[in-house]
Amino acid sequence: MYKILFQILRTGIKTEAPPSANPDYRMPEAQQLHKEILKTLGRALVIRHVDAGSCNGCELEIHALNTPQYNIEGLGIKFAASPRHADMLLVTGPVSRHMEEALRRTYDAMPEPKLVVAVGDCGCTGGIFGESYASCGRVANVLPVDVAIPGCPPTPTQLLQGILPAVTKANAG
Amino acid sequence: MDIKDFPIALTAIPGAATAWHGTVTALEMRSVCARIREDGGRLIALWGTDERQRSSGFAMHVALMDHPGLICLSLPVTETTPEYPAIDDLFPVANRMQRALYDLLGIRAQGAADHRPWLRHGAWPELVFPLRKEVDAKTAYPGGPDDYPFVQVSGGGVHEIAVGPVHAGTIEPGHFRFSVVGERVLRLEERLGYTHKGIEKLAEGMTIPEAARLAGRVSGDSTVAYAWAFAMAVESIAGFTPPPRALWLRALWLERERIANHLGDLGYLGNDAALSFGFAQFWRLKEEWLRSQKDLFGHRYLMDCIMPGGVRGDLDAAGLTCLLEEADALEQQVRRLQNIYDEHAGVQDRFLTTGRVAPSLAAQLGLAGLAGRASAQAWDLREQYPVTPYDQLEVHMATRRNGDVAARVAVRFDEIYESLRLIRLILAGLPEGTTLQEVPPLPDNGFGIGWIEGWRGEVLIALHTGKDGVIHRLHPHDPSWQNWPLLEHAIIGNIVPDFPLINKSFNLSYSGQDL
Repeated sequence: MYKILFQILRTGIKTEAPPSANPDYRMPEAQQLHKEILKTLGRALVIRHVDAGSCNGCELEIHALNTPQYNIEGLGIKFAASPRHADMLLVTGPVSRHMEEALRRTYDAMPEPKLVVAVGDCGCTGGIFGESYASCGRVANVLPVDVAIPGCPPTPTQLLQGILPAVTKANAG
Repeated sequence: MDIKDFPIALTAIPGAATAWHGTVTALEMRSVCARIREDGGRLIALWGTDERQRSSGFAMHVALMDHPGLICLSLPVTETTPEYPAIDDLFPVANRMQRALYDLLGIRAQGAADHRPWLRHGAWPELVFPLRKEVDAKTAYPGGPDDYPFVQVSGGGVHEIAVGPVHAGTIEPGHFRFSVVGERVLRLEERLGYTHKGIEKLAEGMTIPEAARLAGRVSGDSTVAYAWAFAMAVESIAGFTPPPRALWLRALWLERERIANHLGDLGYLGNDAALSFGFAQFWRLKEEWLRSQKDLFGHRYLMDCIMPGGVRGDLDAAGLTCLLEEADALEQQVRRLQNIYDEHAGVQDRFLTTGRVAPSLAAQLGLAGLAGRASAQAWDLREQYPVTPYDQLEVHMATRRNGDVAARVAVRFDEIYESLRLIRLILAGLPEGTTLQEVPPLPDNGFGIGWIEGWRGEVLIALHTGKDGVIHRLHPHDPSWQNWPLLEHAIIGNIVPDFPLINKSFNLSYSGQDL
């Protein structure tokens, strides 16, 4: 036990200041909706992540949000196992046709108000996989998207820049 | 079995991989597979091609690993009777590969034990085969019914727990059907294919640079392994050897990718045994590791850094010093954390004897890569079939016999230290010179192999080119094909709450298997 405590002391606090929100990631048509939701959510946010067909690259960066450096829970944000507890749906990947129904059902299970964030080049545009017999392409082809964060994969900083507007009251206007 | 003892004509495939190729009849295919099985060899991959436009019919291909190296066999299949003899009686791991081949190309494994669909759920109709050349990749079909016949377990007190495709955490989608009595698992049946996004069809008609990008996105956590395997396959067809400095940089990155993934897994394995301290510590180290990759090579996961002909980017003297210092610092940190894991009674109680795959079962079912080595399956391409620069590094393979979560953890620790040792050797011996050269035009109708020991196990790229260097068929094979069926065995007799821990100790790819 003392070794664990000693290691924690030796490591110190590694958490860094969060980046500021990037308004470019918001979908233009979602601006109005956004303001209303922000008033409701305030400073706490629960996220449900769904991999709708990604290569697993974006998931690695979502995991990284839980590292001491980004410390996403310290910002009032946590990931939930059930969509019924979630305010935000974080969707990675092009939506494979085999995941289309599961994704819709997850979205339907979430209480209102809810936000959808499309993650990565695949989530934003379909990316390299595009639309095909097996892929529906971008997330917006299946669900209404509020925020789209590009990148292959987007860095944890970019992810925070896209997620943070939902918990920053100052942005509610 | 020596290469000259094979009863068929085999020709060496040019390039870095130790591989041979031969065209066979159905009888010869079965008899060679049986000989390799007796010899202690393994099935690596099974795929098919549509040859109707350039010659006739279809072809079924297998890649087997035997002592001389990789043995690739091609069996012509007629259009009128699109069948080949099943080999799942010899190699049980062929089961899902045979079913996937039927789903995608419509050629059937005659005599197979299982004909249920594997990669096809409801997205395309039963009699549409996407990898047939006349099928348009862009055509979307109305969703069909999807009632997969799971194997039912019955008896007093037996009930089912269905999990997925959407899982509780941030992980890839798949379905697990547990049959349990109380908390004890009697049987697990997996159903995968949810992330099938048509990678193989997409590759057809792509140019080489486009497909290199695609190959690096088959499984995001193994992007270096796939990009290298793809480049190796292209270079094999072109008869081209990249500049030495490029090969050494590729190995540097492959070892860095191995370390990054092992750090992440060790953190999660601590977390799943309720030691969240382990997660915070290992992921802090992983994050620093990724940041220096971004600073020195331009991408946190090194995506698109390897390309046919060499590599993008280079390393200057300051960067080299930085990497050496980083390696020393990481080793000190990991040793300290390993000591904490080893002495932590709660963690060891969860790790030891959990999710055990005995060496005999691992050998019978062909467990591969890291998980295989934790069950005494001593295969590591870097040691047995070393390509440059591994032929000059003397890789020491890490193995264990217990086959439990603790063994898979121990192999990861050993491999981190070994990869750090290799990184120091690579940095010390890095040749001077250019890092990228143009690959000469590819000959028509080429066949090339790329074969790389990724962090999870052997990644194989089989590449068939058509005219003017355009891709006729690209088959990426992930070692997860081999290991997913073993996870079903590892859980038997364990309790349901240990499944996340056991699953994480394998950490298999969904995307790499679903394609």
